Amino acid sequence: MRTFKRSYWALPYLIFMLLFVALPLVMIAVYAFTDSSGAFTLANFTRFFTTAEDLHTFAYSIEISIITTLLCLLLGYPAAWILSNSSLNRSKVTVMLFILPMWINMLIRTLATVALFDFLRLPLGEGALIFGMVYNFLPFMIYPIYNTLNKMDKSLVEAAQDLGASPVKVFTKITLPLSKSGVMSGIMMVSMPTISTFAISELLTLNKVKLLGTTIQENINNGMWNYGAAIALIMLVIIGITTLFSEGERENESGGLL
Amino acid sequence: MPKETAIIDIRHLSKSFGDKQVLKDINFYINRGEFITFLGPSGCGKTTLLRMIGGFLNPDEGEIVMDGKNMLDIPPYKRPFNTVFQRYALFPHLDVYDNIAFGLKLNKLPEDEIDAKVRKVLKMVSMSGYEDRDIDSLSGGQQQRVAIARALVNEPKVLLLDEPLSALDAKMRKDMQQELKEMHRKLGITFIFVTHDQEEALALSDTIVVFNDGVIQQIGTPTDIYNEPVNEFVADFIGESNILDGTMIEDRKVSFLGHEFECVDSGFAPNEPVDVVLRPEDLYVMSNLSKAQFTAKVLSCTFKGVFYDIMVSVDGGYELLIQDYSHFEPGSEVGVIIKPQDIQVMHKLCTTNETEAKVIDSNHLEIFGECFECLPLDAKYSTGDQVRVAIDFDKMELQDNQEDGTLCGEVYFIIYKGNHYHLTVRLDSMEHILVDTDDIWDKGDLVGISIKKENIRIIA
Repeated sequence: MRTFKRSYWALPYLIFMLLFVALPLVMIAVYAFTDSSGAFTLANFTRFFTTAEDLHTFAYSIEISIITTLLCLLLGYPAAWILSNSSLNRSKVTVMLFILPMWINMLIRTLATVALFDFLRLPLGEGALIFGMVYNFLPFMIYPIYNTLNKMDKSLVEAAQDLGASPVKVFTKITLPLSKSGVMSGIMMVSMPTISTFAISELLTLNKVKLLGTTIQENINNGMWNYGAAIALIMLVIIGITTLFSEGERENESGGLL
Repeated sequence: MPKETAIIDIRHLSKSFGDKQVLKDINFYINRGEFITFLGPSGCGKTTLLRMIGGFLNPDEGEIVMDGKNMLDIPPYKRPFNTVFQRYALFPHLDVYDNIAFGLKLNKLPEDEIDAKVRKVLKMVSMSGYEDRDIDSLSGGQQQRVAIARALVNEPKVLLLDEPLSALDAKMRKDMQQELKEMHRKLGITFIFVTHDQEEALALSDTIVVFNDGVIQQIGTPTDIYNEPVNEFVADFIGESNILDGTMIEDRKVSFLGHEFECVDSGFAPNEPVDVVLRPEDLYVMSNLSKAQFTAKVLSCTFKGVFYDIMVSVDGGYELLIQDYSHFEPGSEVGVIIKPQDIQVMHKLCTTNETEAKVIDSNHLEIFGECFECLPLDAKYSTGDQVRVAIDFDKMELQDNQEDGTLCGEVYFIIYKGNHYHLTVRLDSMEHILVDTDDIWDKGDLVGISIKKENIRIIA
């Protein structure tokens, strides 16, 4: 009789991964390195690096991403710190309130933001775009930082005080360094999707401001699969490199989103 | 009034968490340079008190005075104390050297001075050569040493130790006890040590403060506390003991176990009911019956390494624990002698449960918030009157099911009195009631208490 190996249980997942993770990646790579007739070419890449408009969009996307991430960090860290501080916040419900927006579809939230700007007679454009980005991605910054701060041994703060550290010193010497892994997770969670998002920019700038995500979407919508795939691949490589860098920083520290 | 030698004076300190009062009007002082231990079961308030001295908690009332200055206005980082935390609280992102240098660097000491101090203190805790090690790579005992070094390097006037040895294994704990005592002797600073381990407290301290239920039970040297416990709680908590009900017939004469004994205590009222403490090693047992004060039958004899634990039964249904170097055959008859100075006589905290009650009608009283049937009341009482009632310890029935009793509570403290158990039951109303019973209960058991009407005595 044939024995049923335990590793066979992994088969469905393997098939899923092949179909929905590996295959699309291969497809992107194949499209990126071929022209519309299917012949191998590097023209898609040379086109990207020689088209001033696309390069400009690329730089602008990164700029927006950095601004959004910084703003999220500036707003999110204090929020996470307050939430994790038992003398300031005694209830898990407040934490839920901060996370709650994540339960609502991003498009709906963004449409609501548009309606809000209309109601307040504020102009749509770059300012609205950054507001929308920060609003959408702030929970992704708060949650990992809150998690690491919450898991941090509170007696470390007492120990630092005991050794003569004023509240400011406790924060800079103990709390901040120990929450680094949460901050790194938060930065990754915010910066990666902000580079590639297109719905927010489309809705909140009335399509006036283009991000790299918009460029990819336009190309693919207009049947230019090969060029779209090439830009997607470039973005993938850049995200991959930054992830590797931050992984090196994090080593095996616990924390992060999960 | 604290003496000249006092370094810390604690006055009228009280603290509650929600409804629970964890410290009740604590008053005592700590002498400069002494090794003082706060000893008590978990939840007795000892750690709360230490955290208040450290500045991590504020009392509801009272003050902590050090060298004439009230410490309560001073934040923890400005107090001249350092703490060794229960789970060490070493900084995981710093190595051993930086952990120890943390306080010195905050004080902006010159680099070479920091270096010299860190190396000196590492040598003192026998951890030289570990400067660059990660905290995670150290064993529990090594982390413990680093934690002590980190506290000592700042040369505090007082070192606070919050159950620092509880996470170590037995052998390591013994070694660290020796080293702590040695360090205390060398440094000459005040050590405040918190533990629930009575052996540790006896071995290390100059002075022991025994806590229970937020109240200081006794302050004294280890020998005082061991040999002359002031009440049954201290006697039971420190070391092993036989605690018996007795009667003080007159000065230097006490009766228990159905016999009269000569003792060294005086100043009791004639025929005052007392608690008698006999340490198991103070009872002399022999096979010669004629010279004995009373005889007993050996129930069991267990070898404990150096001595034997001998359980004997005495007429009247009493059981006693005796420790002796010789073996006695179970079933055999032995003679027992107790020397006068080995009998510790203590005042009873109370001899009956006395409490306020409210008259509901001519044969019902409200006691501890519940309605009890009582014998028909005198006509002079009318509804709503306050009376005092007494319920004797042995006049109550304990029920397994809380619903079967009129009062509900939890067994809070148990003392074996030789032939019965003396239970402290904490009622749902947080009041305590004392019950004598022959049945075995465990701490934490939920019990119902019922009282027959003829056992409720009106005393005023």
